Amino acid sequence: MQPVIELRGAVALLGRFPALAGVDLAVAPGEIVLVQGPNGAGKSTLLRLCAGLLPLRGGEGRVLGADLRRAARDVRRRVGYLGHRTGLYEELSVHDNLQFWARASGADDADAQRAMAAFGLDGRLRDVEVARLSAGQRRRVALAALVARRPELWLLDEPHAALDHDTRDLVDRLVLEAAAAGATVLLATHEHERADAMAQRTVTLVGGVVTSDTAVPATEASRVP
Amino acid sequence: MFRDVALVAGKDLRIEWRSRVGINQIGPFAVLVLVLFAFALDPDRGVLAKATPGLYWIAVLLCGLLAIQRAFAVEVADGATDALRLSGIEPAALFLGKTLAVAAQLLVLAALLLVGVAVLYSATLGGWPLLMATVVSASVGIAGAGTLYGVLAAGLRVRETLLPLLLLPVLAPVLIGATRAFEAALAGTPADGWPWFGWLAVFAVIYLVAGAALFGPLLEEA
Repeated sequence: MQPVIELRGAVALLGRFPALAGVDLAVAPGEIVLVQGPNGAGKSTLLRLCAGLLPLRGGEGRVLGADLRRAARDVRRRVGYLGHRTGLYEELSVHDNLQFWARASGADDADAQRAMAAFGLDGRLRDVEVARLSAGQRRRVALAALVARRPELWLLDEPHAALDHDTRDLVDRLVLEAAAAGATVLLATHEHERADAMAQRTVTLVGGVVTSDTAVPATEASRVP
Repeated sequence: MFRDVALVAGKDLRIEWRSRVGINQIGPFAVLVLVLFAFALDPDRGVLAKATPGLYWIAVLLCGLLAIQRAFAVEVADGATDALRLSGIEPAALFLGKTLAVAAQLLVLAALLLVGVAVLYSATLGGWPLLMATVVSASVGIAGAGTLYGVLAAGLRVRETLLPLLLLPVLAPVLIGATRAFEAALAGTPADGWPWFGWLAVFAVIYLVAGAALFGPLLEEA
């Protein structure tokens, strides 16, 4: 089966600094892979590269069968990426943001509505401006926007950041459901205990290169929150 | 394509309506600019009357700059630029949608400034078909060029100061053409102004076509 992510000697630059200095990685369909490493190891850069948001400066890379050099736009349309910033418009309400991003991604209003309900955003928060939300609430809206577009590949950079315990559980459940439905998930988090409970593999990055790629024991990977 | 253009334009206009930046800041700024021009030239009413078309369009350009900067500030504030790149919206539709939204705001500001010059400068407005055609074509040209240069500057830390430096020289043909067309309209000789309207229309078409083609690559670099 063709890997969803296939990187060989991948190099990505942040300015002139090689944030990824020759990464080899293959991720199979439906796999949940935890990317870990110290701050500045290149985790976020790896996710941005796989999302088609950063140019591949060396090596080879294919995501969802598309070449990262020649077809990055095709990649971007099919992935769901949650970065450090939420990509939300502060002046718009939760509902207007989700409706806009759902429509912009080719999803319909019903998808946005379902995502809002899943993250508990269809009640009193529905018509609240994003500028008035807490960091955790904004993160919930961004996650709902990602879920609404039903991506084939989920790229999650610190998805648990700023979330309360229940919402963290919800995120884990949605990730597992997405993987069970055939989506592939690459997540970078410092919540190793949670990630280990979901991931089948752990990839460790240090200094922009993969230093270890190990399978998580099945007993740990099978736990569901 | 048209659906995405409407989606982006609707989103930008909704943001402006909710934030009230146009109403509460850019509109009053436009009136303030006219008042300051009037203060500067008031001792000689003849000069003020003669300079009205030029002063009007300088005020429109300055307000346009604010509207264009605002249109990109909302995109970079919390990483929406990345989200737009990840969406399925064609870059050309994104360009045209943002241009449409800026042009709509400029039309409102231009109407406000017309009232301003009539009241503050005692200008007698005439030649309405030419006036209207000039306002529309110049607004589209300013919005098109501004959106193209706006995305060029969007990814830079110095975007607020760089954008006027890049954009104002590019908009000099609009200033010249629109001022000449207004002079003809206000002087009661609209036939002299229509060629300048043609000049503005060509400028607008060039930037709409160039923007639709180049916005994607520039957004990649932003």
